[in-house]
Amino acid sequence: MVTLTGLKLKNPTILAAGIMGTTGASLVRMAKKGVGAVVTKSIGPEPKEGHHNPSMVQLECGFLNAMGLPNPSYKAFLQELEFAKKETSVPVIASIFGGDADDFLKVADGLSPAKPDAFELNVSCPHAQGYGAMIGSDPYVVEEITRAVCDSVDVPVWVKLTPNVTDIASIGEAAERGGADAVVAINTVRAMAIDIATGYPILGNRFGGLSGEAIKPIAVKCVYDLYAALDIPIIGVGGVSKWQDAIEMMMAGASAVQVGSAVFDGIGVFGSIADGIDNYLDKNGHVTIEDIIGLAHEVI
Amino acid sequence: MRPINVTITKMIDESPSTKTFFFDRSFESAIPGQFVMVWIRGVDEIPMTLSYTNAITVQKVGDATSALFELKEGDSLGIRGPIGNGFTLPQKDEKVLLIAGGVGAAPLAPLAEHVANSGTWSNVTTILGARSYNELIFANRFFMTGEIHVTTDDGTQGRRGFVTDVLNDIDILEYDKIYTCGPEIMMARVFEILHKADAHTRAEFSLHRYFKCAIGVCGACCMDPHGLRVCKDGPVFNGELLVDTEFGKYKRGGSGIRGRV
Repeated sequence: MVTLTGLKLKNPTILAAGIMGTTGASLVRMAKKGVGAVVTKSIGPEPKEGHHNPSMVQLECGFLNAMGLPNPSYKAFLQELEFAKKETSVPVIASIFGGDADDFLKVADGLSPAKPDAFELNVSCPHAQGYGAMIGSDPYVVEEITRAVCDSVDVPVWVKLTPNVTDIASIGEAAERGGADAVVAINTVRAMAIDIATGYPILGNRFGGLSGEAIKPIAVKCVYDLYAALDIPIIGVGGVSKWQDAIEMMMAGASAVQVGSAVFDGIGVFGSIADGIDNYLDKNGHVTIEDIIGLAHEVI
Repeated sequence: MRPINVTITKMIDESPSTKTFFFDRSFESAIPGQFVMVWIRGVDEIPMTLSYTNAITVQKVGDATSALFELKEGDSLGIRGPIGNGFTLPQKDEKVLLIAGGVGAAPLAPLAEHVANSGTWSNVTTILGARSYNELIFANRFFMTGEIHVTTDDGTQGRRGFVTDVLNDIDILEYDKIYTCGPEIMMARVFEILHKADAHTRAEFSLHRYFKCAIGVCGACCMDPHGLRVCKDGPVFNGELLVDTEFGKYKRGGSGIRGRV
């Protein structure tokens, strides 16, 4: 059992936003597969169809996607969130996005009747005009939005950060000043792939964000820097597909990990990561994951 | 996988609104019922089941398919696949019933040929339906593989009515394996009849939902209430998995909002 921003998780693996999170039923399915907590698809103020396909492709080193924040709006998502809350006992975190603080408040208030266990603020989607990283690379805006949501809701607020900035720690500090209970790092890394038969960018949106194996070292460094700068917990995400990745992320400073693209290999990935973490702790004489969180900062 | 480049070698008009596009590339390992993501560059990427190992059969229904219809021989497409679970192939000597509506004949015709080529001639029975005589797809391919019952809504060919009218008249339990593909409303009626006869567990349904990632990650095509992904856990599902589900009732569009099937 792990306690994270006051939430009780049976293990420190969390389903990342945007993965199997469009419907209440898919969140419940994942919860049954040994996930410690689940994060919903990012939900906004209005229905959005997202970008044209291709919206996700597997590359040689990871996955490239530009979904374009498709979502049914908070009004239509309420029933999905209610279903998830009713059918599972694992914490359900609502990921939300908007163009400004008012949007975020509207969505948070709109979803609150379903009693999400926490909110995750998406200020980091790398490929949606006017949303996500467009606002998440400005520390003042991040602080303002975080403060607005924290003042308005009575559950923990996590802020998901973009790595596509010069200094992620300064954005993390802004979230912390705004009252965030945790930061989540990282969202995808801006990237692009081109079809060499024709020269066409493969994604419908032309460019998007890279996830998977290739970005793990980037995520580890971001988590490492955030751990040095912040007092609030950090949830590590980016290229975690096996227990070794989770341990590495924790040693950089993560209190828990989120898993996304690795669902491609099978939805049972969470259980095997959680078991692997337990075995590692046992074998190395650690009592809890607290013993290894941030270890990389202490050994040198 | 990145999309691979294929060139259109031939196009055949199957009906006023349906065309078959042949490529210069054959997907020999494809199991009938599997699909490919067809990238019409600069427009969209859409799922299509293979109607031959080297072709797709497409009905013009929206922007992407309209753009596809503008292409000519020699033009190219990007293809990812084959993806998903195809039909469970019948054992030798099993009696097979196919129920196809409209362009739903596309994945069933290669299945019929597979069965006919590996088993005995008389083992495939097809119920093929369409709105009108000129919308019947692959009637000849089904005719060549066994027995065929044709229905048209307007009675211009075969029996006037629906595929379910034929289904109601035959002894369903004579068949070991039943496969169906067509408009969801049609498949839902087929499902009801098979369920009543307790034959739904020997039936497989080829489903359609809006796909985004198409590789089982994003969850956009998940069905209620079990969260099964049509792109990865399907698109072919045994009838047992469809009992008391959203199948036949509603489906989600690109934004995730529920709409009519």
